[in-house]
Amino acid sequence: MNNSQSEKERIAAVPGLFTIDDPPHLIGGRMRSSGAYCFPKDLGGSDPSVSIDQVEEVLLSRKGIIWSYTNSVYSPPPPFVVREPYESITVAAVELEAERMIILGQVAPGWGVDDLEIGMAVELCLGILYEDENREYLTWQWRPITTSEMEATSG
Amino acid sequence: MDEVALLGVGMHPWGKWGRNFVEYGLHAAHGALRDAGVAWRDIGFVSGAITVRCGYPGYVAGSTFARALGFNGTQVASSYAACASGTTALSVARGQLLSGACDVALVVGADTTPKGFLAPGDGERPDDMDWLRFRMVGATNPVYFGLAARRRMELYGATQEDFAAVKAKNSRHGSLNSNARYTREFSVEEVLHSPIVSDPLRLLDICTTSDGGAALVVSTMDFARRLGIREPVRVAGISLVTPTYPDTVLDLPYLATDSAVSSEVPAVSFKESIALHVYREAGIGPEDIDFAEVYDLSSALELDWYEQLGFCGAGEAESFLHSGATEVGGLLPVNPSGGLGAFGEAVPAQAIAQVCEIFWQLSGRAGKRQVQGAQAAVAVNQGLFGHGSAVLLRR
Repeated sequence: MNNSQSEKERIAAVPGLFTIDDPPHLIGGRMRSSGAYCFPKDLGGSDPSVSIDQVEEVLLSRKGIIWSYTNSVYSPPPPFVVREPYESITVAAVELEAERMIILGQVAPGWGVDDLEIGMAVELCLGILYEDENREYLTWQWRPITTSEMEATSG
Repeated sequence: MDEVALLGVGMHPWGKWGRNFVEYGLHAAHGALRDAGVAWRDIGFVSGAITVRCGYPGYVAGSTFARALGFNGTQVASSYAACASGTTALSVARGQLLSGACDVALVVGADTTPKGFLAPGDGERPDDMDWLRFRMVGATNPVYFGLAARRRMELYGATQEDFAAVKAKNSRHGSLNSNARYTREFSVEEVLHSPIVSDPLRLLDICTTSDGGAALVVSTMDFARRLGIREPVRVAGISLVTPTYPDTVLDLPYLATDSAVSSEVPAVSFKESIALHVYREAGIGPEDIDFAEVYDLSSALELDWYEQLGFCGAGEAESFLHSGATEVGGLLPVNPSGGLGAFGEAVPAQAIAQVCEIFWQLSGRAGKRQVQGAQAAVAVNQGLFGHGSAVLLRR
């Protein structure tokens, strides 16, 4: 029974936002002329000195520091797809040092607001947003890590 | 900036009435015309603030309201800028007046809002940031309010008690306002016992969504004088600024901030720049402001506005609040109307409602919530996707 579950195809709920490699990465944009980043790649730039055709695809840093966090105790409306029974989603905004930007995402299941602090180290992982008989639809999530894990490998 | 006169205002009470938004807009428009002493046939321009939740009539709000008042060949326009729609509609009217296209104009916004979270329209739109934040993260508007509130706690030591005190203050103001949806006073304890929605914010910290309508009659200064009004309330400044790259504060509906790798971060934040522009247009500063209407989507965001409007320094909003300064009767009352905490948000009407309150206050007609001797006031808010919104009025 568990086997049939684990055999489900794992796909991104929306393609083009992150890789499903191990380990996964968010797919961002980098302006060729300025070196500045954006996320998502195609919805990013508001830099008046850069035209959109100068954006190249890059993988963003996998580790960052929590800038702020909260949760959604009540289930969000569509287009969010609620998995019943709904359990409070925890959300973190995470600062990436190299990119000097903040990226929002869910926090991995099992971590609530009481477990988090601003300044805590996290890394990117993938989690199930919703599923049907054949597939698991994935999104990116942030998972707290220890300081030594943070220092182990950059990016 | 050249000024225009605000001759009269009208409002349909906020609530959850569930009726056609046109009815609220029409009620407010008739009220504003009556208040101004201007006949509908004399209005040269109707500036409608669009609602996106009421079908096609909402998208063409200007002509919808004009038709409801009776088509008579007047010029119309319709504006959408989320919460900044009302200010945008006022700005379009000001442009018509100052260009000489007309002498007197009507600005109207109204909405009928469904229950629950505001959410994107139907359809699969992975290239729409507003759709993506709901689908991929479940990031509702209160999630962003929660992130901002937590940030304030970290930076300045704000507490949930501070946030609750904002709500309690605004509920005291709202209890004196017959146009408010909630006229009951809430204590700090009641706020602190309401359920968490997006930690650290509770149900009573977060504004609800409402039905309502508001309208303004604005004219050239010459027109006002011809009516015999020598000292009208004047629109002295409007701010509709966008952020300046790189904007490094995460705000809705975005999944990420700009990257600060290549460009210097602006000396002032987006919200501070909204205030700076309206002060610049009016040629006055925060020290000249007697009271303010600010967008308290959450109680915590009101505290941010005290600082962004220059009423106190960064990190001082909590002590400013607890000093009683922002209560009616205090040094610089904020949200004497009761704010969004007492009204709930009727998106296209809300910025216009802020101006209505300022008009009543500056005209000495605000009853028990009157700010004594007020000469100048500012209304501020912010529309999704980078629409700054502020109006400065004085008499």
